[in-house]
Amino acid sequence: MVDKISSFPKTWKRPPVFFESAPLRYSLYALALLWFVLAIGTVDVNWSRVAEGMDRGWRFVKGFLTPDFTSRWKDISAGLIESLTMTLTSTVVGIVLAVPIGIGAARNIAPKAVYYVCRSIIALSRSLQEIIIAILFVAMFGFGPFAGFLTLSFATIGFMSKLLAEDIEDIDESQTEAIRATGSSWLQLINYAVQPQVMPRLIGLSLYRLDINFRESAVIGIVGAGGIGATLNTAIDRYEFDSAGAILLIIIFIVMITEYSSGYVRRWVQ
Amino acid sequence: MLSVNHLSKTYAAGDKALDDVTFTIPSGQVVGLIGPSGAGKSTLIRCINRLVEPTSGSIQLGDTTITGLSTSELRAVRRRIGMIFQEYALVERLTVMENVLSGRLGYVSFWRSFFRKFPAEDVQKAFALLARVGLTDHANKRADALSGGQRQRVGIARALEQDPQLLLIDEPTASLDPKTSRQVMRLLLEMCNERGLPAIINIHDVVLARQFTERIIGLQAGKIVFDGPPSELDESVLTRIYGEEDWKTLEHDSEAA
Repeated sequence: MVDKISSFPKTWKRPPVFFESAPLRYSLYALALLWFVLAIGTVDVNWSRVAEGMDRGWRFVKGFLTPDFTSRWKDISAGLIESLTMTLTSTVVGIVLAVPIGIGAARNIAPKAVYYVCRSIIALSRSLQEIIIAILFVAMFGFGPFAGFLTLSFATIGFMSKLLAEDIEDIDESQTEAIRATGSSWLQLINYAVQPQVMPRLIGLSLYRLDINFRESAVIGIVGAGGIGATLNTAIDRYEFDSAGAILLIIIFIVMITEYSSGYVRRWVQ
Repeated sequence: MLSVNHLSKTYAAGDKALDDVTFTIPSGQVVGLIGPSGAGKSTLIRCINRLVEPTSGSIQLGDTTITGLSTSELRAVRRRIGMIFQEYALVERLTVMENVLSGRLGYVSFWRSFFRKFPAEDVQKAFALLARVGLTDHANKRADALSGGQRQRVGIARALEQDPQLLLIDEPTASLDPKTSRQVMRLLLEMCNERGLPAIINIHDVVLARQFTERIIGLQAGKIVFDGPPSELDESVLTRIYGEEDWKTLEHDSEAA
């Protein structure tokens, strides 16, 4: 028996994803808007100070537009080499330590106890911002690139192991099951079933972290952890905005090179 | 050869997947395991190599009691049981050869497998198996470069590379077209007959099960409701396994095939 077409309803509305009741939903929207307006109202802007600062900012931009690579080249090249050394060593050391921690932090292949330990290490590493760690390490080991190296290694561990662990948790379980069914040991399982599935992403993330570490090396140099950041800080302190502009241009250039080459390598390892 | 006694499995969520399952398989017998989705077919074959941990009951392969083995003993028994999967379950980014050689993982040390330095006889056997399944030219290709039928043949080669005493086969044809399905089933049967290898084939397609197996076990809601030769699989039995349906068309199909 088929009903007449006219007996079916003509309208249909998608059911709301959350908060079934319409009044509750609209009052929540209103509340969010009110909060936003009030928050904007509390921002206190000192306009005369802004006008003064514009002038200083403009001098900075002018220096940036007429970069001076030569007069401080010795300092710049020394800082650059220090930064690149710091970046490469800390990325390598960070990744070497992050791989076992990342494997341990993957719920699907690690025992419960190991999982919680590794997750805590990741949480600790990620909750501390690079600058704060850098200040701590500079206080412990003195000014210079060693503190910077330790800072970046520590930050790399948190970043890489978290993303690696998440990637391992997303792997195709049927491949793991098949390798387990052959009577493989745990290490063989990692090598044959897990590694092939996560390798392209691990390489991509490593290159991405390399370029983050280079940028971070410029920032943590400002708090005394050596490298190009220290040189940049000195230049700004001396009001040598043309040298500072040159340093910034070099940083941008190097980040662009790593960006472009990492895209290329990632396509190649797929 | 294989005997399963009073096997039950209750999942943590509380659903009973297997309920007091008992059967034995003599060596060389190929058994088709049929039943509706969710009847526990998959759970049953995964209990045999303990990819799924049984709740109670015992399983014996030859003289070994599989249930209750320690982790290292379990590895040793798993390498005696080859497994073939529905979606092939090859490691996609490894080469065909690495996939076949992974059947030897239970026999070699970690460092040997890490450097892909497998013993000469293992490599030779792998080449022989690839030739047997007709994939000699594909040894160095990545597994994800192959078609469905080719991948399943790599899966078969990997399982046989283990020198198994039993094959567990989970829906071998579910992802294949009818012609390839028949080719794969025929190949499996030939391989089992050549080696006198017993096998449990978990299969949805009743027509294929009838055509290729010598004994059929019907599973319904975790219980065995039929155990006999394919010739006894009539309408009333199919109704007992799957529920009420017009089974006549199926009869015609199998007669035509």
